[in-house]
Amino acid sequence: MIVAERKPFEEIKEMLKGYKKVLSVGCGTCVAVCLTGGEKEVAVLNAELDMARKLEEDPIELGAATIERQCDREYLEVLDEMVKPYEALLSMACGAGIQFLAERYPDKPVLPAVDTTFIGVNQDVGWYEERCRSCSACVLAWTGGICPVTMCAKGLYNGPCGGTDQGKCEISQDQPCAWFEIYGRLAGQDRLDLIKRFYAIVPWKNQKPRTLIQPGYKKPEQAK
Amino acid sequence: MRLDYPTNIKIIRVPCTGKVDVMHLLRAIQKGADGVYAVGCLEGNCHYNEGNLRARERVDHVRILLEEIGLEADRVRMYNLSSGEGPTFAAYAKEMTDNIRELGPNPLKKWAKTH
Repeated sequence: MIVAERKPFEEIKEMLKGYKKVLSVGCGTCVAVCLTGGEKEVAVLNAELDMARKLEEDPIELGAATIERQCDREYLEVLDEMVKPYEALLSMACGAGIQFLAERYPDKPVLPAVDTTFIGVNQDVGWYEERCRSCSACVLAWTGGICPVTMCAKGLYNGPCGGTDQGKCEISQDQPCAWFEIYGRLAGQDRLDLIKRFYAIVPWKNQKPRTLIQPGYKKPEQAK
Repeated sequence: MRLDYPTNIKIIRVPCTGKVDVMHLLRAIQKGADGVYAVGCLEGNCHYNEGNLRARERVDHVRILLEEIGLEADRVRMYNLSSGEGPTFAAYAKEMTDNIRELGPNPLKKWAKTH
């Protein structure tokens, strides 16, 4: 899932300076699961903003709406009427959701209340760890299911580097060396020969916005 | 046991302090309460194992949120006692009341709707 972190309160307050009527829009998918931008987090943020602005003798009227997903037109549609009376929208979705919201309501300032952080896993309630950089060139088949791009501090495809230290990375003793782990995993599966494979450098397709159209689907303009 | 404790305290009963949510505490302050405190069982004695430990974490979280918005963290506290400790309950009620009196009224009170 996409993991996000709420922005510092001061930063959010600063963004809302001057606005008197704002709709906070939560997202019920990834950011709700990572306890950052779901219905409850919208309620907490609105309560905080309401109190902070009253303490400054500058009250703000806040609405709240949490939709299933902000990255999907069919769910955004329910907001079309709702957003009209508001001066600005405060989105608690990931960066993709925030931009899709801004695209749908171009005449409204759309402000981010969260920092989108990574694609990660749920280790426990409230504890998330990064596992994927969405590089568009997955090598997990050959690396024992451990991503060298994400888990190696240098993102090395043909590691380890000279900084590997008894299974740890030179950046920190808390950070395992990805290539040490890959070696152990492959050895355990009797697939150690794979470590001898040479991988070309990652093409870094994520340097420009990517589009995916699944087989059997078309962009609307192509479908005509 | 005819114990006295301050009359300004309104008790809201919950099945376990683990039921107390961040929003419950925050809403109390937002609606003009001068302070709010959760009284849970002694740590290690929770019937549901960790309800009171979760409550403490939520209280700590709310204390941080209050500081962020410019209110005193000490308007929200957590206390622990066993159900057999009536005098301790009364003592904590007095301690919390004294603490709140020192902090003064909640400045948000004037914004709260009167019913």
